[in-house]
Amino acid sequence: MSNPYVPLLFLLAIGGGFAVFSVGAAAVSGPKRYNRAKLDAYECGIEPTPQAAGGGRVPIKYYLTAMLFIIFDIESVFLYPFAVAFNQLGLFALVEMVLFILTVFVAYAYVWRRGGLEWD
Amino acid sequence: MSTLTYATQALAQAPFADNPSTDFTDTPWWLHLVKALFVFVFLLVNTLIVIWFERRVIGRMQQRPGPNRTGPFGLLQTLADGVKLALKEDLTPKNADKVVFALAPAIAGAMAFVSFAIIPLGPTVSMFGHRTPLQLTDIPVAVLLVLAVAGVGVYGIVLAGWSSGSTYPLLGGLRSTAQVISYEIAMGLSLVAVFLYSGSMSTSQIVGAQKDLWYILPLVPSFLVYVVTMVGETNRLPFDLAEGEGELTGGFHTEYSSLKFAMFFLGEYVNMFTVSALATTMFLGGWMAPPGIAAINDGMFNHGWWGLLWFVIKLWLFMFFFVWLRGSLPRVRYDQFMRFGWKFLIPVTLAWVVVAAFMKASQLGYIAGPSLTFNGREFPVVSIAFVVVLAGAVLVIAWLRDNKKIEQDAIRNTPPPEEIDPFAGGYPVPPLPGQRLKEPSLAISAGDTATDKEATRG
Repeated sequence: MSNPYVPLLFLLAIGGGFAVFSVGAAAVSGPKRYNRAKLDAYECGIEPTPQAAGGGRVPIKYYLTAMLFIIFDIESVFLYPFAVAFNQLGLFALVEMVLFILTVFVAYAYVWRRGGLEWD
Repeated sequence: MSTLTYATQALAQAPFADNPSTDFTDTPWWLHLVKALFVFVFLLVNTLIVIWFERRVIGRMQQRPGPNRTGPFGLLQTLADGVKLALKEDLTPKNADKVVFALAPAIAGAMAFVSFAIIPLGPTVSMFGHRTPLQLTDIPVAVLLVLAVAGVGVYGIVLAGWSSGSTYPLLGGLRSTAQVISYEIAMGLSLVAVFLYSGSMSTSQIVGAQKDLWYILPLVPSFLVYVVTMVGETNRLPFDLAEGEGELTGGFHTEYSSLKFAMFFLGEYVNMFTVSALATTMFLGGWMAPPGIAAINDGMFNHGWWGLLWFVIKLWLFMFFFVWLRGSLPRVRYDQFMRFGWKFLIPVTLAWVVVAAFMKASQLGYIAGPSLTFNGREFPVVSIAFVVVLAGAVLVIAWLRDNKKIEQDAIRNTPPPEEIDPFAGGYPVPPLPGQRLKEPSLAISAGDTATDKEATRG
């Protein structure tokens, strides 16, 4: 077998099959006794709110974190090819990488100063 | 012949160092399937054992025996718990999004297994008359695959939290997601140094490159950052904020029961094995025997199935570390956790990547410069300058820390005032031993209270 990605699919199929089987089996293996209170959202015994906090909307704070994650994760992914090919690229790669990290650091300092990294 | 085909051919012939070094030519397709099953069973059995192991070790650490009734030493406890879970009622809350609610545990369970495919469990062995590496598959971007699969696994958590239609799971799922993605940055950056040194992202090449020296020694900062982030990634104590029982009951899986809950549980433990296996591969030489043992009998312990033994030992050292952490440390606060990740781990790892790049560059001889000869030995000026700068930085940091400590000690050693006004801060404070109570001053007027309320309502 020449394609190295096919065995990955084997493992994904086995793991996925197991997971789907278990989730399906959960529906039939246990007892089923209807009780209205059981189907309410769990809130430590108090009368539950009709829907999740914020009506299912997400606090803006998490959106900001997700955006920052994308910026810095892409940065680290950009560093990978550079790191792998470092011994073939020479001094040029070193200089370029330091410049790149410095540039991203400016953005990082800006976010920090503007309070984007505060969490309270 | 067009330029493109020419370039493709040239690429195919060039001996790239970053291509995998494993040889799968003698592996028929059914053997791949057998090995995939082997990996799956390996993970399941290890999970069964580690849950029992964790409860026993935590029990010992808390001076109690832990589960010891089901089977010898309580070994079958996890199996019994699994059967019990299967026989429980499978609830889907009224508010839940039915399809996504069932999909989320399946994603979490399935994705946990995939990354293990690229972990080298051992060298080439004989299996059913074929010579095949003890590794399911190897690709040039193997480590990237692990990070990608971890990213997909997050969907299981965030969808579970959202689809439950309940407040605690929603908050737990969000927290968990923010936590995992925040620590994934530092984790990804800590691996850059390993790629720099090994010149490859293929796990077999990385293990091969550690033949003489495990990367834990030259790349200690990377290793430390990785260990911290792997605990954060797997939502384990002291970073298990997503399921902080005191605040969010169970976090994202509050509304789950029966085998759906079991899937999340399984996924968490398999993820622990995956990150530990990656740490073993990246920093502890993978399946290679420890230095002393490796030299015995012309490297006999580095061949065949021995590799699996060393790999499992190293893997379980990390599992013990996880349990030890859980037994020793209290949970951190969420803002402390995020601050540590964003304001400490990320800049430190970035700086370390630059330092590692300079170290590697001077090893490869890119940084040519004048050198000083002293006592018959040659020292490059660049490295001397580096050492001087580093020593200076350490001195400055130590001096700043000392100053801070003196200030703190001064505050700490100031004796408490002899008389205390219990309501000075607006809420009652009990006196310390030897302190006299002053009559409560009713300084807070009605107007003040009103503004306070305004301010907090925000």
